Amino acid sequence: MSAIAQQHAIQTGRGSLAGRVSDFLWKHPHVFLTILLGPPLLWLGIIYLGSLLALLLQSFFSIDDYSGLINYEFTLATYRQLLNDANFDIIIRTILMAAIVTLFSAVIAFPIAYYAARYARGKWKVIFYLGVMLPLWSSYLVKIYAWKLILAKEGILTWLVTKLNLLWLLDAWLSLPVIGGNSLSVSYTGTFIVFVYVWMPFMILPIQAALERVPTNLIEASSDLGGTPQQTFRHVLFPLALPGIVAGSIFTFSLTLGDYIIPQIIGSSRLFIGQAVYAQQGTAGNIPLAAAFTVVPIVIMGLYLWMARRMGAFDAL
Amino acid sequence: MTAAVLFENVSRHFGAVRAVDAVDLAVAEGEFFAMLGPSGSGKTTCLRLMAGFEQPTAGHIEIFGETAEGVPPYRRSVNTVFQDYALFPHLSILDNVAYGLMVKGVAREERRKAAEDALAMVKLPGYGVRRPGQLSGGQRQRVALARALVNKPKVLLLDEPLGALDLKLREQMQEELKSLQKSLGITFVFVTHDQGEALSMADRIAVFNDGRIQQLGTPEEVYKQPRTRFVADFVGSSNILPPEFVAQLGAAPQFASLRPEAISLGQSGNGRLVLDGTVLSRSFLGAANRVLVNVNGTRINVMSPAAALIPAEGDPVKLSFDRTDLHLMEAAS
Repeated sequence: MSAIAQQHAIQTGRGSLAGRVSDFLWKHPHVFLTILLGPPLLWLGIIYLGSLLALLLQSFFSIDDYSGLINYEFTLATYRQLLNDANFDIIIRTILMAAIVTLFSAVIAFPIAYYAARYARGKWKVIFYLGVMLPLWSSYLVKIYAWKLILAKEGILTWLVTKLNLLWLLDAWLSLPVIGGNSLSVSYTGTFIVFVYVWMPFMILPIQAALERVPTNLIEASSDLGGTPQQTFRHVLFPLALPGIVAGSIFTFSLTLGDYIIPQIIGSSRLFIGQAVYAQQGTAGNIPLAAAFTVVPIVIMGLYLWMARRMGAFDAL
Repeated sequence: MTAAVLFENVSRHFGAVRAVDAVDLAVAEGEFFAMLGPSGSGKTTCLRLMAGFEQPTAGHIEIFGETAEGVPPYRRSVNTVFQDYALFPHLSILDNVAYGLMVKGVAREERRKAAEDALAMVKLPGYGVRRPGQLSGGQRQRVALARALVNKPKVLLLDEPLGALDLKLREQMQEELKSLQKSLGITFVFVTHDQGEALSMADRIAVFNDGRIQQLGTPEEVYKQPRTRFVADFVGSSNILPPEFVAQLGAAPQFASLRPEAISLGQSGNGRLVLDGTVLSRSFLGAANRVLVNVNGTRINVMSPAAALIPAEGDPVKLSFDRTDLHLMEAAS
């Protein structure tokens, strides 16, 4: 008789503690899910969302101008303060910067992501991932200080531009109002360049993932039906990649809205939202106003997602 | 008459792999042409060469007398029904069908009308507002057909279009495709690995293996007079008799094919060849019985009508067949 024939059709439990736990969890999948999701939900619910709500609550308090103490009465006074000219300037400046950074990131990231999704195979795919991820491995501060040196008046970029006899072009650019300045490292242009550089991986990877999921035969079908490459891009590739572009833009947009280090090290001395939050909760000790400033990116991102949804960005998901 | 599609010595190599190797063929206008072969035999690459997704490594391709190599897919009046349909997931069924007209700049109202007519033709009227994800496999297949036909192509290419459908639906679609092709008069080039499909639908069949055409002819020719052992084996699993065996039957010592249904069990006189053997096994197939007979060490499959008396396993049996059913083949492959 074979070994299989000698076995029982139903085997007895293993008997050990681990075996009994396995049997119990198999019979009670809800218990299993609770164990699985409990700790992360506690973390997310209490430590993350809880503190976020506490922060939002702060924005409805106000500060007593004379004593500098927080007045724990609900008021919209802090929001009125948020919308005064100086603070509103900060908001507009930050939103504009975030929008332009996002737009340029998408334009630069798309061809790279397209190459990675459609052409890169084997070794080249590894090189792509390394190339995109490698900058994330080194310290953010080190990279920004490196950029300060690159963009400085005595930096390598000015040297290169001089060698190419294009210094007049750089000077012309720097003499422009608003975006110009004494050198790239103290201009909005410099801030913009560094933002685009630092957030680039967060734009490339979602677009690449979205493009990866577009079957090749849809591109072929468009071409087969008479679509020129431009038409195929416009009517097939772009709509199908849009969820990835939106995902990437959520990263670049929200990261730019919240960052306070890059504009502090590179750029003019005018504040961005992140710096305003930093200053208000630190030196100024105005926690309610700092909290109100942090509400701005949350509201903007909410509006942005709502608009993206309305425009059908997630239809292909 | 110019051929709808003409291949002159066409090759397509991928590195060392000769996907298509020196193929000559001419598809006549209005013909239902099948390219049959196992996977990797080059039939799909040939179709992609016609569509323009691939360019030949060597050779010359003409479509209705015009040179096709170097011409991108979007400039060919050739449309494809893809194996997995390749419907655009983000567009409605109507927009899918109207896509070809849209990119050619046909006015909105006109293309809506044409797309609705095409959907009616494939028996899906009123489905235009749905999304591809809401349709069944068979319905998507019809949409893919409508989307190609709405462009009034000179040649319609079909890449295993029925492969994903279940048996009943497949048989129904075979009928419909065939009658659609007759009524429209468009040249159809059809790729399949299903020999039954090719035999029942095509006007002519090209049997592919290893990037080459093994035989090109009508379904009858390919079935009854296989030119090579590969064709005999691939199209309707024939008995392939070795040269020594054939010599004993009084024919030239070559490989020969003998169709299982051409053989009868028992002696039936009138100048037919008779063989003695023993029954090895038998299986009931519904409409017929398949009997495997050992004749001097050569195994011969016999397809016998279900009504006929079948000897038991191990019993001696006489096989008889007409000499004209013994078909000698070329030595190669």
